[in-house]
Order: sequence, then C-alpha cells, then structure tokens
Amino acid sequence: MHLTLEFGGGLELLCKSVKFHNVNVDLPKGADKLSMRDLLAWVRTNLIKERPEMFMKGESVRPGVLVLVNDCDWELSGQLDTTLEEKDVVVFISTLHGG
Amino acid sequence: MEADSKPKKSGARLCCVCNQNRAALKRPKTLEQICRECFYAVFEEEIHQVILENQLFKPGDRIAIGASGGKDSTVLAYVLSELNRRHNYGLDLFLLSVDEGITGYRDDSLETVKRNELQYGLPLKIVSYKDLYGWTMDEIVKMIGLKNNCTFCGVFRRQALDRGAALLKVDKVATGHNADDIAETVLLNILRGDIARLSRCTSIITGEDGPIPRCKPFKCTYEKEIVMYAYFKKLDYFSTECIYSPNAYRGFAREFIKDLERIRPRAILDIIKSGEDFRISTTTKMPEQGTCERCGYISSQKWCKACVLLEGLNRGLPKLGIGRTQGLNSDAKISNGMVIQEESVQGQLFCTNQVNPEDQFFGFYICKK
Repeated sequence: MHLTLEFGGGLELLCKSVKFHNVNVDLPKGADKLSMRDLLAWVRTNLIKERPEMFMKGESVRPGVLVLVNDCDWELSGQLDTTLEEKDVVVFISTLHGG
Repeated sequence: MEADSKPKKSGARLCCVCNQNRAALKRPKTLEQICRECFYAVFEEEIHQVILENQLFKPGDRIAIGASGGKDSTVLAYVLSELNRRHNYGLDLFLLSVDEGITGYRDDSLETVKRNELQYGLPLKIVSYKDLYGWTMDEIVKMIGLKNNCTFCGVFRRQALDRGAALLKVDKVATGHNADDIAETVLLNILRGDIARLSRCTSIITGEDGPIPRCKPFKCTYEKEIVMYAYFKKLDYFSTECIYSPNAYRGFAREFIKDLERIRPRAILDIIKSGEDFRISTTTKMPEQGTCERCGYISSQKWCKACVLLEGLNRGLPKLGIGRTQGLNSDAKISNGMVIQEESVQGQLFCTNQVNPEDQFFGFYICKK
C-alpha cells in the first residue's frame, strides 16, 4: 500500500532529518486491511533510525505526538484501529519541545 | 450524503458545531469533534474571553510578546495581532527575544523569530546573555557540566526578558505558557515542596507590584490545540528540543501529564484548578520578600538568585546557588551575605527549570565581570 508520511515537530531528526517519506507498506500476513497499529510497527522498524523511544511507547506513539490521517486527528477515527487506504497521508507531529 | 472527490470513510464524523464540514480534530478540552473553521473560531474566541475576563490589557498598552520562535510564542504573536485588530484592543505589540547563546538551538530559532517579525509586522528586539551577563549558555555549561543548566538559564532569562522589556518601554510582557506547562509547574512545585511558588504559579498575571507585570494568555489553552492551530494555519515555527533539556527534572512531570492526558484530557485543567484553590496553612512559614543587596531586584534572600549564580560562575564555584538553602543551619556558611552550600544536604537536587515569579526588576541589571 502506497502512503505518504510526514514527520514534524522535531521527529524528522529520528528519520535522518527527512520530513516526507513516500512508502510502500505490505499488509500483515493474512490481513486484508492495514491499521495504524500495523503502520506504526512498520515505521519503527523501517524509518526510525535512532531513539525509537522518542516516537513510540508500547504499541502506540509516545504521548505528546499528534497523529493526523488525511488531515484529520486520529482520535476521530479510532487511533490505533484506524484503517488506512491507498494514497493516504499520515502526519506525525511532536509537541514535546519548547514554545 | 454529498459525493466527495474521495469517498467518505465509514465513521467520518461531522463537526458538532456547524454540522456541515467534516470534523478535523477532537478537542481535548471538551472532547468535541470539530472542523477546522469552527476550531479556529472557538480557539480565538476563548482566548479573547480569557483576555477580557482577566482584564489582561487596556487600550494604549505597549506589550512585549516573549518570542522564542517556538510553537507557543509564534501562535501567541499571530493570535494576539489578530485579536488586537479584530476587537480593537488598541495595543502596540512587540516581539522580544532572548539569545542565551546555545549553538544549534537558539541561533536557529532566532531566524524563525526574524521571519515572524516580517510575517506579522511586529518590531523585534533581541537581548543576549553575552551582553547582559558576559556568559553564553554554552560557556556556562562548559563550566558547570550538564546538571542544573536549566536553573541558570531560567533565572537569567527572566531578568533578560525584563531588561529587554525596559528597553522597549513596554507596560507588560506576554508569554506563551500553555495549560500543559502550568499543570507541569503545579506538579513540579508539589514534588519539590515549594509552597511559595505553588501559591503563585497558577496566576495569569504575575509581578503586578513590580515595574513590568507579565501575563499568560494561553493559561487555559491546551498544547495540542496550539500545535493543531499552527499546523492547519501553516504558521512558521521552530521545533527542536533544547540540547540541554533531556537532563531537566521537568521532563518527569511532562511525561506524567502527557500520560494523564491520554486517559482523561480534562486532568490538565483540573490540576490547574487544584493549584489555584490551594490554601496555605497559617502555620507554614513563607519566605519574606526583600530586595537583593547587590542589584536591587526583588528577592527573598540577601542576594537574588541571578547574582548568586553569576558570582558562582565568575569565581569558578559552579555549585553556588544550586541546591536547597536551609537558612542558617550548620551545613551552610555565610560569606558576604550569601549562603554557600558546599554539598547539598539532600544529595543531588534537580534544577528547577522554571522562572522565579518573585523576582522583579527595578531598572538595574547584572554587571559584567
């Protein structure tokens, strides 16, 4: 599944300072849908090059990291259970820095 | 339902305010699902109400916005300019920035503030630690190591802001402290038993008895909403953590608040409410306010914190002023009116990483060595 991922608020530093990533994510074995839960695991393995604890805590994002799917707060679509579709845009923004 | 260019996902919600547009976010404050346009309106209106209800400004006021280039101060500058125009507050707004001399952090964020100056049309003033104190934060950290940096930085920044505000001849300073920050501070003060600070840290206006009061218009505004506002409006801000901050005690309070927010977002405002409603027992001894013998700043000790810290730096005593002063007990020696702490009685204490609300500025500033 082709997706566009964006990292902001300092998170890009964990991905070698690259903000935008066009990725192709395989569905998990035997599944017909890709959930945010699956995507996060994929991102941790494939994109996060350092300090994964800055991005994730357990199976979700670290508290303080906002997630938008197609410009909508993932809290509206079920957070980890949000299902993704082809060409979706997922944005991760960290709020954990000075103001 | 109308046909979109992209078919609506099952479960796509409508904004609960206008019932027309697709909801874009869930407000932590109210758990409402709201679209972008309604969010902008309610975000801006709530801040306007906070300003009115607390009488933060009056017409003709010159206001310096403490601007770091970060998310809170950028959004504050944007929203205050907008509300000033829309509701005719009659304010003269300025951007005031402090250069602590932290390479790779502050030099980059100052570029953002310079862009904000052009984008929002607000005149900018920058004051630097090097000019005021003769020390950059990088030089300070070289001398004192990586613990307690935030104590130095926070104390110096407070005076630097006041100095800059005096140079700009403003009536008030507005900072971007948000609800999350204030809830963290309440917790920090409880964890440290700092009753004096606890009694003041939830005030939306501080320092009214001094020359330049300060206010926090974002006191009731959630950090998440500030970031979402900036994101949707595509506001230009700088977002890297200070390189010295991983060692700050505040990090623990922040982690806890963020975990709490996940479970019950309202907790943030409730913690602030608890902080506001605390009453100090009449038998608790509170520090008395006097003035610093060296520079005239308001201080509860013989010398204000900034003077003590600076003296320590200039004399090569990096621990001076760090650690809890016990008053006149056997562990402390008095010299030149300062309490010198040799080893902190309670072992390593963490830095405060917060400004000292009791300090005021009387037109003096710390002399260079």
